[in-house]
This record gives sequence, structure tokens and C-alpha cells, in this order.
Amino acid sequence: MAIDLRTVSITPLRQTFGHLARRMGADKPASRYMEATMDLQPVENYHYRPTWEPQYEIFDETRTKVTMKDWYALKDPRQYYYGAWTLARGKMQEIAEGDFDLVDELGLAAAYSAAGKEEALKVFLPLRHVAWASNLNKAYVSSYGYGIAISQATCYASMDQLGVAQYTSRLGLAFNDLDALSAAKTAWLEGAEWQEMRRYVEDLMVEKDWFEVLVAQDFALEGLLYPLIFERYNEKLNAAYSPVFSMLTRFQREWFGETTKWLDSILKVTAAENAGNKAQLAEWIKHWRERALKAIKPVAVLAFGGDADAILDELVQNLNARAAKAGITL
Amino acid sequence: MDKVFPQTTYEGIKIHDWDKWEDPFRLTMDAYWKYQAEKERKLYAILDGFNQNNGHLSVTDARYINVLKLFLGSTPPLELMAARGFSMMGRQMNGAGPRVACQMQAVDEYRHFQTQIHSISNYNKYYNGMDEFAHQQSRMWYLSDGKSFFDDAITAGPFEFMVAIGFAFEYVLTNILFVPFISGAAYNGDMAAMTVGFSAQSDEARHMTLGLECIKFMLEQDPDNLPIVQRWIDKWTWRGTRKLASVGMMMDYMLPKRIMSFKEAWEMYVEENGGALFKDLARYGITIPKCFGQTIEEKEHVTHQSWIGFYMKPQATPFHTWIPTPDEMDWLSEKYPNTFDKYYRPVLEHLDAQEKAGNRFDNKTAPMNCQVCVSTMKFNEPGDPMEMCFRESIYQGEKFHTCSDHCKEIFDNEPEKYIQTFISSHQVLQGNCEPDGTDVNAADFKPGQNMLDYWKLDKRALGDFNGSEDQKNFAAWREQATKN
Repeated sequence: MAIDLRTVSITPLRQTFGHLARRMGADKPASRYMEATMDLQPVENYHYRPTWEPQYEIFDETRTKVTMKDWYALKDPRQYYYGAWTLARGKMQEIAEGDFDLVDELGLAAAYSAAGKEEALKVFLPLRHVAWASNLNKAYVSSYGYGIAISQATCYASMDQLGVAQYTSRLGLAFNDLDALSAAKTAWLEGAEWQEMRRYVEDLMVEKDWFEVLVAQDFALEGLLYPLIFERYNEKLNAAYSPVFSMLTRFQREWFGETTKWLDSILKVTAAENAGNKAQLAEWIKHWRERALKAIKPVAVLAFGGDADAILDELVQNLNARAAKAGITL
Repeated sequence: MDKVFPQTTYEGIKIHDWDKWEDPFRLTMDAYWKYQAEKERKLYAILDGFNQNNGHLSVTDARYINVLKLFLGSTPPLELMAARGFSMMGRQMNGAGPRVACQMQAVDEYRHFQTQIHSISNYNKYYNGMDEFAHQQSRMWYLSDGKSFFDDAITAGPFEFMVAIGFAFEYVLTNILFVPFISGAAYNGDMAAMTVGFSAQSDEARHMTLGLECIKFMLEQDPDNLPIVQRWIDKWTWRGTRKLASVGMMMDYMLPKRIMSFKEAWEMYVEENGGALFKDLARYGITIPKCFGQTIEEKEHVTHQSWIGFYMKPQATPFHTWIPTPDEMDWLSEKYPNTFDKYYRPVLEHLDAQEKAGNRFDNKTAPMNCQVCVSTMKFNEPGDPMEMCFRESIYQGEKFHTCSDHCKEIFDNEPEKYIQTFISSHQVLQGNCEPDGTDVNAADFKPGQNMLDYWKLDKRALGDFNGSEDQKNFAAWREQATKN
């Protein structure tokens, strides 16, 4: 490639860094995602072992049962490095801000019926605690995962969940001021409907295999919970009341759609790597799917009463289909 | 709870109420995304413009590009370690406030190493010595000091990490680390690096708050924490100081247009600002770091010793060295009236004469390194600039060398940690520094014969700036770009 500079052109000595040229098999320009990601985490010549877990190296492939010849195969199809991620989220927050402003300006939240508010808040608001736990569990994956491809994607996802927790709280405030938040906290800590869910996310806080945490939190739990709340429950509330709930949860819905593409591609690549991975992923998914179902069921009943079972069956079918598409036989 | 947060007790720090440490940033994610997206838009627009217009030809002189080589090898890999380390803190801290603050710092650190790489990426297309930084980060002898600094911090417990990186690195030393690079870029026409630096500084302001909050939190929680915190402050201020010698060398020797001397920067950023900081912490019983006196004495020496040290190893770095011009030597005499003419000008003039006589000095031996900071042994005995400083400790019947009283003390406090230090001069003799695929058991194997391959070091990047491909290309391209 030659770059024109007025009347002269300068021929570069090389197009990219050595590690990227070796990866691409040719000296050609690399994307900013590749420059920001590939081969950057140290893999050798560590000086000291962690005093907190001396059985491991600082970054250690054996922190999960999953094995990969190349951990950078776990690429992000969205190509999110920090700049791309923050620009995408900046856009999403701008739209969300517009929705919150509009709802406020037109007095839509105040006009939402009291029954609708109560229905929405009892199911939706305790989810801020799920998002908060999700933030922590994704931070674990990001901290101890191997390679920058997975550590950065999960770092961004962890921050996303902090945002989700905050957007959830804002809806609560829009609907019912501070009382709503404390009622939701009481429900989370004491309400019978929420205890299996709480146990689920808290058990993950002591789970050691980071890839298992990813499967359990992001695939099994959120893979059932997000469609339940942001698709099905959203539709129910819209039909019964007005689309205000939709407007104030747009961030979560968009986030899930986008993040699912990333996660499914991670699972697909991991499963395709070797038979051991494929079997391990299947085992984890089966185990955590059953537990997630148990955790979500009382919430689904709270939301849909007698229709809960049928809806959950359908969502499990969809989740199984995602796994099958990723090449994982359950 | 101990199982959820298993790391916050074993260092001996006593915490009674985690809620007393609030999130110092108080920034919601929507606000964060809004500000940061705005910053990224501007930053990448400037980088794109700079690259499209061959901005690299607008730098003062091609010697400046060696600053970027030093920077790329040493800094983004450490920012990456900060990202991973703060993620760990963002998982391990019991309190919600510090967890969120650490997570935010972690994601900012991703930003920093990535924007640094992006800003230097275009230089890599035209100049030698930058192309293998990712490979060299864990292999290059002179990058081992920075690596050991961060490896040491990340393998310590969470509170020590916060003192090491959050406080000593990001608070006490951050200005002298980054301001010279950013101002250096600005003074020398490098708008890409300058913009990245300025843009990062607005994040750094947040990070500084976090480091200081952590110190105050520990000290307010329990009086028993004071001696532990004091020992960490002593240790990490010294470790940071050692790491800064190369920044100082960049300021005094490598910037064609200088901002100020390292000595002046040290006085302004560390003696004055740092002094005020420790005065503020005195009410908690914290005293000025033990090494402070020695750093004041050394500020007139370390940069000269470092540059001469690198000049003497022309076969072993991916950046060029040179003897300062007569004008530049005069500047050094003026800035270092007590030391330059007396100790260092004669050495540089001697090396210059030898080089011109075709007898360029080339130290081919492996260096001796400090077991703690991994610097090569080159610093002088306190109070005696003509005598090199060595210390040694015996541990389990073996002798370990350190470069100073402070490094020796760090070693003696935790010998079981520091005997692990990866020192390439030793490892090479054990066959551990060979290119992949080398048979170290072969009859004719000689350790260290393949160092350039092990480092993936481009021969064009070695040695003297004078006569280098960089020098010729830059001159030719600038000529093409500026003349008819």
C-alpha cells in the first residue's frame, strides 16, 4: 500500500506488528480490534506466584476445565475493543436517555395505572440485585479468564450489568420513588419467590472454574431470564397497560440481543475445539439449566400465574436450540 | 462471606466496616459512557488525521521515535497488568464502593493500553524496533524491571496491590511518569501520542482519588494497620523510583527538544507534591518513605548512569542510542551542575572519541541484576558516585544480590517471594531463554547463542542511531515531503 503525500508517496516498511502478521499469515494491515487484543496477555516468564493462590501462575490455563490451543480463538464477533464498546454503549445510553426524558416530559410514568406499576415492579425491580450479582460474577470471569479476548469482553459485560442495575433502579424511581427500591430489596432478601434465584447467583460467587461461571450466569440464567422478562413479560405489560415499560427497558433488551451473538459464538468455537470441551459444556449447561429453571420458576409464576410452565417450556426449547446451534448436544 | 471474598484477611489488614469506603467516583454507567464515548470520538478522529497526513514526519527529529519504542515496550504491557489487576480487585474487595471503583479503573486501563498501541501502530509501519513489543514484553532483559514491578503487585494481596498501584504508582509517581511523556510528545510534534496522553489524564484524576481513599480507609479502620501500610509505602515508593530511571533517561537524553530535566521534574512532582501529600498523611502516623533521602541524592545521577548503560549494550535493545551533541552536553552541564561535568561528561566524551575512532564500546557480557527490582547493577553507593553499590543477602544457603539498601530490605522481608524472580542472565545459562524449538540437550548446545532470535530482535533496530535505517528514511522522506 502506498500513501499519497502531496506529490510523493512513502512505502511503509511493514503493515503491522509481528504477532499480528504471524496470526494473519501475511503482513497486512490489522484491525484496531486485533491490535487491541491479540497476544497481549503475558504467557511466560512470570516472576512470582500469587500469594493468594500459589498453586497457579498469574495467568493460568488450568483455571478452567475447558482447553484451547489458542485462547484468542475466542474472538468477539462485535469486535469490541474499549473504543468500539464505549461508542456503542454511548449510543445506547443516548437513546435510553431520550426514552426516560420523553416518559418524564409526557408524564407517562405518572399516568401508568397503579395496578400496572405494582405488577411491573414486583417482578422487575428485584432484578437489580440479579444484575448486581451478574456484575460480580462477570468480573470473576474477566479477572481469571485466560487471554485478552475473553477478559476484555467479560469486563465490558460486567460494566454493562452495572449499567443494567442502574437502569432497573431508574425505572423503579420513575414508577414509585424510593419506596419501590426498598420493597424490592426486602423481596430479594426475604420473599419466597426470590430465594432460589438468590441462591443461584450467590453459589456462583464461590464457583472456581471461570468458564463454568460464564456458562451458568450468562448462558443458562440470563438465557432464560432475559427472554422471560424483556420479551414475554414486556409483551404482557404492553398489552395490558401501555408501552412505557418497553421504553424504559430498551437498554436491557438491546443488550441481550447483542450479547447473545457474542456468547453463542464463544460457545461454538469452544465446543468445536475438541470433544472434551463439547462434553464439558453440555454437562455444565444441563446442570445449570435445571438449576436456573428452578430459580426462575417462582418468578415466572409471579409474572404469568398458570401460564408460567408453558412459557418456560418454550424458553427452554429456545435455549436448547441455541446450544444445538453452537454444536453442543444436550 | 469469607468464601465469597477470600483474599482480604490474610495480609493482616483489619477492616471493621466496609461501608466506610464509599465509591469515590460516584459515576453512573450512563454518564460514564456518555463522557468516554465523546472522548473516544475526538481521540480517534485526531489519530486518523495524524496518520493520514504522515504526521510522523512532523516530529522534531527521528531520534524522538526511540522514545516511542521505549514507551511501547514498557508501558502498554503494564497498563494491561493494571487492567487485569484492578479487575481482580473489582471482584475481591468486600465493599461495594471500592469494587465498583476498581472495576471502573480496570476498564479505563483497557482503554489506556489499547489507545497507546493504536497511537503508535502507524509509527511501526515506518520505523524499526516496535514490531515485536508483544513478544518482547516477557523476554527482553531491560523490560524485566517493569514486569517484576507489576508481577510483584498482582501476586501480593489486594490491599498491597492497592498501595502499590493505586497509591504509589497512580498517586505518588503518576505525574512524573506520564507528564514527561505527554509533554515530551507535545514538545516534539507528536500529536498522536500527546492526544492519547491528555485523554488518559482525565481518567487518571479519578484513579488518583481511589488510591488515596484506600490508604485513608485502611488507616482509619484500625491502628494495627499503620505499620503494614507504612512498610508497603516504603517498599512501593522505592520500587517505583527504580522503575522511573528509564523515564528520566528519556527526558534527559532521548527527547530532541527537552521539556525540563529529570532533576527538575523530580523536585516539582515528587519532592514538592509528594512532600505535601505525606505531610497530609502525617495525621494518620504515616511518615515520609524511608527511601526519600536517597532518591533526592540519586536524582542527579540515575539518568546518566542509565543512558550510558544502554549505550554500552548496542546489540541488545530494539531502540537506538547516541552520544549527545555538544549543545546537548552543555544543556546537561547546566541542568546538572553538581554531577554532569564531574562524572558523566568525561565518560560520554570518551565513548564518543572511541566511537569516532572506529572502536565503539560494546559490552557483550550478561548483566548482573538486582534480585528485587531487576535493574542492572549500575547505581552508585550512597554518598560515593565513584563506587558501584552492591548488597547481598544469604537465604537457604544461597547468595542473592540487590542494588541498594532498600531493595535488600524488601528481599529480607519476603525472601520466599523474591528468590523466584526471573532474571534472564541466570535463566539463559539454564537454557530457559532460547527460541522455540531449540534442543537444549544437544551436544553442541551453547546457552545464549540465539538471543536475537529469542527476542525476535530486528538487526535494523539495534545499535547506533547514526547510520541507522530510521535516520536515513526519515531524512529522505522529510526531504521528499518538504522540497520540490
